[in-house]
Amino acid sequence: MELVKELWTFLRIRKKVWMAPIMAIMLLFGLLIVLTKGTAVAPFIYTLF
Amino acid sequence: MRILGISAFYHDSAAALVVDGNVTAAAQEERFTRRKHDPRFPKEAIAYCLAEAGCTLADVDHVVFYEKPFPKFERLLESYFATVPQGFSSFRVAMPLWIKDKLFQKDLLKEELEKLPGGSGWNGSLLFTEHHQSHAASAFFPSPYESAAVLTMDGVGEWCTTSLGHGSGNRLNIAKELHFPHSLGLLYSAFTYYTGFRVNSGEYKVMGLAPYGTPRFVQAILDNIVDVKEDGTFHLAQRYFNYVSGLTMTSEAFHELFGAPPRKPEEELTQREMDLAASIQAVTEMIVLRLARSIRVDTGERNLCLAGGVALNCVANGKLLREGIFDSIWIQPAAGDAGGALGAALAVWHQYAGQPRSVRQDRRDTMSGSYLGPEFSQDEIEQRLQNIGAKFDVRDEKDVTDQTADALAEGKAVGWMQGRMEFGPRALGGRSILGDPRSPTMQKTLNLKVKYRESFRPFAPSVKRESVSEWFDHDGDSPYMLIVGDIAKDRQRAMTEEQQALFGIDKLNIARSEIPAVTHVDYSARIQTVHRETNPRYWDLLSAFEKRTNCPVLINTSFNVRGEPIVCTPEDAFHCFMGTGLDHLTVGNCVLTKEQQDPALARDYKNEFALD
Repeated sequence: MELVKELWTFLRIRKKVWMAPIMAIMLLFGLLIVLTKGTAVAPFIYTLF
Repeated sequence: MRILGISAFYHDSAAALVVDGNVTAAAQEERFTRRKHDPRFPKEAIAYCLAEAGCTLADVDHVVFYEKPFPKFERLLESYFATVPQGFSSFRVAMPLWIKDKLFQKDLLKEELEKLPGGSGWNGSLLFTEHHQSHAASAFFPSPYESAAVLTMDGVGEWCTTSLGHGSGNRLNIAKELHFPHSLGLLYSAFTYYTGFRVNSGEYKVMGLAPYGTPRFVQAILDNIVDVKEDGTFHLAQRYFNYVSGLTMTSEAFHELFGAPPRKPEEELTQREMDLAASIQAVTEMIVLRLARSIRVDTGERNLCLAGGVALNCVANGKLLREGIFDSIWIQPAAGDAGGALGAALAVWHQYAGQPRSVRQDRRDTMSGSYLGPEFSQDEIEQRLQNIGAKFDVRDEKDVTDQTADALAEGKAVGWMQGRMEFGPRALGGRSILGDPRSPTMQKTLNLKVKYRESFRPFAPSVKRESVSEWFDHDGDSPYMLIVGDIAKDRQRAMTEEQQALFGIDKLNIARSEIPAVTHVDYSARIQTVHRETNPRYWDLLSAFEKRTNCPVLINTSFNVRGEPIVCTPEDAFHCFMGTGLDHLTVGNCVLTKEQQDPALARDYKNEFALD
C-alpha cells in the first residue's frame, strides 16, 4: 500500500498522472506474466532495466 | 556524521563510506564474492566499509542509494508504451523483475540493511540520489578544484545519459541533460555488441582494438546513425538500434548498413571489426570534444571533472587533454556505476547536509590514490598464506623491494599485492601483475600465459611521476591510468615498410619503442603516474627497477585472469599465482616463488571464470 501511495505522489510531482491508467494496465499485464511464467531472472544479455 | 553510499541491482554493485566528509573506504562487491560485475546487494563491501571505520550500521546516519527506482520504472514503461507492440519481448522479461523485486527496492534495501551488524532497529535515514547526480558528485567533490565544469556521460540512469553542470564549493548544479534513448554510452555499447564483445565490460576492448583500424565507417555513422550538433548534443536514429524495445543492442537496419550480422563472441577478429572500432572511437572523441567545448563556454571554467562509464575511455580523455580546451582535467577513478556509491554519499554530505567543502592545499584530490579497499597486516598475511599451504620467505621491506626488482629485471612475471585494494576498475600498484616493459616478448607472454586474454591488447605502463615526460609525450599527473599519451618521440622506433604492411595484430609483436610491451601499434600508452605520496612502496619498487635497468617504467596489469575480479585477499593472490604462469609473488613482506610451492596446489584456473 505504501508503494502505491509513493508511486501516486511520484506521478503527481512529475506531472505524469496521465500515466496512471497506463501504468495500472501495464502492471496488471506484468503481474499476469509473473503469475503465468514465474521467472524473474535477468537474461544473459544486456538489458536496460 | 557517517554516510554509507550503495550502488546495486544493475551491475558493479559497491559500497562507500564517508565519515565527516572524508572518504574512509570504498569497495566493489565483486572483489569479495569473486563474481565479476556482481549486481547483488553489496553486503560484503558494506561489511568491509563499516569494519574499516570500526563501526556498525547503528553508527551510520544516512544510507544513500545511487539512483531512483521510480523514474527508472517510468522510463521503462514510457519506452514500452512508445514502442507497442515491438516492445513486448523486452517488457515480458523486464516486468517480472520489476514487479517481484525492483519496484520494491526501498523495502529490499531496508530488509538487507536490517540483516547487517547494528542494522536491527536502525533509525537513520534511507535516501536516494539521481544516477547522474551521483556521477557528477563523484567527479566534482573529491576533485582538487574549488570550482569546475562537470561532465558525465554513460549508458543510462533514470532518463539522463549525459549531463553538463557546474560545481563550486559545496554546490553542484546540473545545467543540461541529454535523455534516453540518445546516449553516447549506448552508442559505444552498440558497437561493442556488434563487434562481438560483451556489453558493459567489453567496451575497453573496442577501445584497444581501434588503433589497428582505419576509421572508414565514420561518415556512414554520421550520415545515418548519429546526428551530432555543433554543441556536442546528438540524436541517435532509433531504427538502427533495438535496445529500447528489444533484447539486443542493434537492429537489422544496423546490420544492413554495415553489411553483415554481428560478429559472434570469440570468433576470429578481422580488419572489419578493427575499422568499426576505429570509427566509433573517432565519433566518440568528436562528441566528447564538442561537449567539452560547449561546457567550457557555458561555465567559463578552466577545469573539468569527468565521470560516467564513457569517462573510462582514456583515449578520448587523452585527446581532450591535448586539445587544450581546459587547463586541467580530473577524472573519477571509479567512473562507472560502482563510483556512484561514492558520489551518492558525497552528495548527501555536501548537498543534503549542506556541509562545506575545502580543497586540499597541496592541490591533490581526496581519493587517497583510490587505495580505499581492504588491506592486511603482515601477521594476517602470514597466517592466511600458511593456512592454504603456501611456502614463503619473510623479508624486510627493502629486501622485498630489491628481490622483486631483481625478478622483474630478470624478465619474470610478478604478482604484487601491497596495502589497500584499489577502488575502480584499474589496478594501480595495490593488486597488480608487473613485468619488464623493455622485453619484446613480455606482452605476448603475459597475455597468453598469465592473463589468458586476447593477444591484441597491450599493457599499460606505470611510471614514476618525476620521469613521465622523459618516457612519454605527457607531463601531467595521470594517477588513475585514465589518460592515453604517446611514447616519447626519442624512445620510439620506426617500423620498416615491410613491418608497416603487417596485419594489425602482428604489428604488436614488432618492438616499436624502447618499452615495446606497453606500446600500442599507434605508439600510444595508457599511462599511470606513480606518486611517492600515495603509494610509496610501489614508487620504491619503480626506483629499484630503475637502478637496475635505467628504466623507471613497469608493465602494470590487474592481478587477475580474464573474467576474474581483481584479487582482494592473500588467498586470492596465491590461487591466481598458482593457477597462472606467474613466476614470483610478493604479498606484504612475504616473497613466494613458483619453485617453492607444492605443485599439487596448482589448479585449472583458466577455466574457472566465465569469459568477459
